[in-house]
Amino acid sequence: MPPLALLATCLVDQVLPEIGVATAALLERTGHTVDFPEAQTCCGQPFFNSGYHADAVRLAKRTIEIFEPYETVVLPSGSCAAMIRVEYPHLFHDDPAWLPRAEALAARTFEFSEFLIRFDLLPIPRTGSADNPPPFTFAQGRIRPSAHSPATYHDSCHMCRLLGLRDEPRSALEKTGVTIEEMAEPDRCCGFGGTFSLKMPEVSAAMTREKLRLASETGAAILVTADPGCLMQMRRFADEAGVRVEHLAVVLEERTR
Amino acid sequence: MSGGFKSGFRETARIAIEDVELIRSVETATGRFRLGRESALAELPEADAMRDHFKQIRAATLSNLKNHLQIFEANAQAAGVQVHFARNAEAARRIILDLARERGATLAAKSKSMTTEEIHLNPALEAGGVRPVETDLGEWIVQLAGEAPAHIIAPAINKTKEQVADLFREESGDEIPAEIPALTAQARRRLRETFLEAGIGISGGNLAVAETGSVVLVTNEGNGRMVTSLPPIHVAVLGIEKIAPTWAEAGVWLSLLARSATGQPLSIYTSILTGPKQYADIDGPEEVHVVFLDNGRSKLLGTKYEEILQCIRCGACLNVCPVYRSAGGHAYRGETGPPSPYSGPIGAVVTPLLFGLEDHKQLPQASSLCGACLDVCPVRIDLPRMLVELRRDSVEAGLDGAGTAAVTRLAARAFGGKRMLGLAARLARFGRRFVRGNLPRPSKRSFREIWREQRS
Repeated sequence: MPPLALLATCLVDQVLPEIGVATAALLERTGHTVDFPEAQTCCGQPFFNSGYHADAVRLAKRTIEIFEPYETVVLPSGSCAAMIRVEYPHLFHDDPAWLPRAEALAARTFEFSEFLIRFDLLPIPRTGSADNPPPFTFAQGRIRPSAHSPATYHDSCHMCRLLGLRDEPRSALEKTGVTIEEMAEPDRCCGFGGTFSLKMPEVSAAMTREKLRLASETGAAILVTADPGCLMQMRRFADEAGVRVEHLAVVLEERTR
Repeated sequence: MSGGFKSGFRETARIAIEDVELIRSVETATGRFRLGRESALAELPEADAMRDHFKQIRAATLSNLKNHLQIFEANAQAAGVQVHFARNAEAARRIILDLARERGATLAAKSKSMTTEEIHLNPALEAGGVRPVETDLGEWIVQLAGEAPAHIIAPAINKTKEQVADLFREESGDEIPAEIPALTAQARRRLRETFLEAGIGISGGNLAVAETGSVVLVTNEGNGRMVTSLPPIHVAVLGIEKIAPTWAEAGVWLSLLARSATGQPLSIYTSILTGPKQYADIDGPEEVHVVFLDNGRSKLLGTKYEEILQCIRCGACLNVCPVYRSAGGHAYRGETGPPSPYSGPIGAVVTPLLFGLEDHKQLPQASSLCGACLDVCPVRIDLPRMLVELRRDSVEAGLDGAGTAAVTRLAARAFGGKRMLGLAARLARFGRRFVRGNLPRPSKRSFREIWREQRS
């Protein structure tokens, strides 16, 4: 089987590397060869969303060139997946040279939980079994597996609205033995919005506090999201809300270790 | 990227966020509207298909807008209506004030109209010797408070009943208990006098139907009927985009409007106004005027923003917007001047488009681009895309701030190659101890370092 490419995303690479480790480990555990093309940086979404169109186009072209050789690209981020799937074709809609390349990459790009469900890779085999040695793992665990359930799930905006992925992360959790306690308005924005959190910090923080309040009302042990951006934002206020926030891939990895 | 706005969105929002009562009022009302909308649309057999169809209707109408306005004008004139076209706010104010003065009116009864808020009609009437009284309960409260509307369909959404009781006490000198039946009874009592005495009735119009020259007015309180039938002259003010070619299109429009707005299949009153009182009518105005307001709308036709003119002002996007619900309606304003009558996602887009991006440069930034607005819009207006386009215009016009632009372009450069990224990342890790607040704190080791270690 040809290797699949991990697009770790800039936030995972620079800020939350454990998400990249967990994603790579799980992909390998499901029998795939994983490649991390080291030239990758950023898909361009922050620049696109804040109106720096030319910069976004440059980074999009770069990303297309880097990931073009792969048959499958997997991302542990709903919003970066949406950038490639929905916004790249839009970005190049009047560029006949780049549009087909953008569309081709979009068709081969999957958000992580979507990939697991789409190719029927659940349940994920545990590590240590004879045909599944652990090639890529954490040095040590962060959370006891028993503390993962019940979980409540935050639908990140672009993942659920632009990609329509609502059931996929939930079934990935459930098939790994995590029960889900739904919060009110699970698809209410966490307040991150990329540069929005920098330009409108007060409103952004108020939105995050409200999100965490709704999550904590469920009494769930953990708040799970499939987007590193949301995760980072919600963690900033998690202690004061008494909520523990984790990425989907990290939870799945820890439960199948 | 730093603060320092003296007025404008961020400063106003900062105060609103701390106002627990205000946020609770907004949450309660928008929550009711949201649930109402959901169940009202669920009642329709094919709500999604109807929304698609409605979008086609609105797009087709706008592509031939001038023609539909001319047909409306001809049919309205045939029904005895005088049709006026106002290029801008000042022209509209002058038309309406002249009508009031020529007829010797000193009191104007108004029904809720965001279009008249847009042109700041009330101060102009007052300055011209005509006292305007808002007769929609929410608008009356807002008028008594000397504020701007905080929601397109629920102008006093930010007020508690205790605050309303205080305002009513000041207005009348009577002691009114802070209970909804008592408050509405008081409003009814006070406003009835206005309906009977007013020399002119001024309303908005939810839509105009070209084939019969009719104006359709959708209200829940019945005040719209009084305003348009009791005073001897009625003036309706509408944006030029609010036109349905025939009743077939108007039917779809009305099926979606109240459902999207309040969750009602139809509002309590849907008034169809076609011309003045006729020979056999027992009541109705002797004169009817329709004022179509351009005020920056026609210049959007044929541009990437034309889609915004499809809006029917139902307010559904406000009710789902997490930014609106945290910041309140008054935050949607320019760096100078009063709040825009259009708040929430539609306000963040249409306000800079109509009143200027430079003075309203914060509004396109007042969104996390979550897309909840697009989910509920009855016309499926791609508001997030338009917010991004406005941000793009801002960058191109140099409105994003030299510092922000420099930092952003530097970051883009850093992401342009892995060597630059490595350098930037090392710098960032060196600086991580200094990072406070909102900026992401770089991890001690990047993923690519971990990858390299484990793979080599």
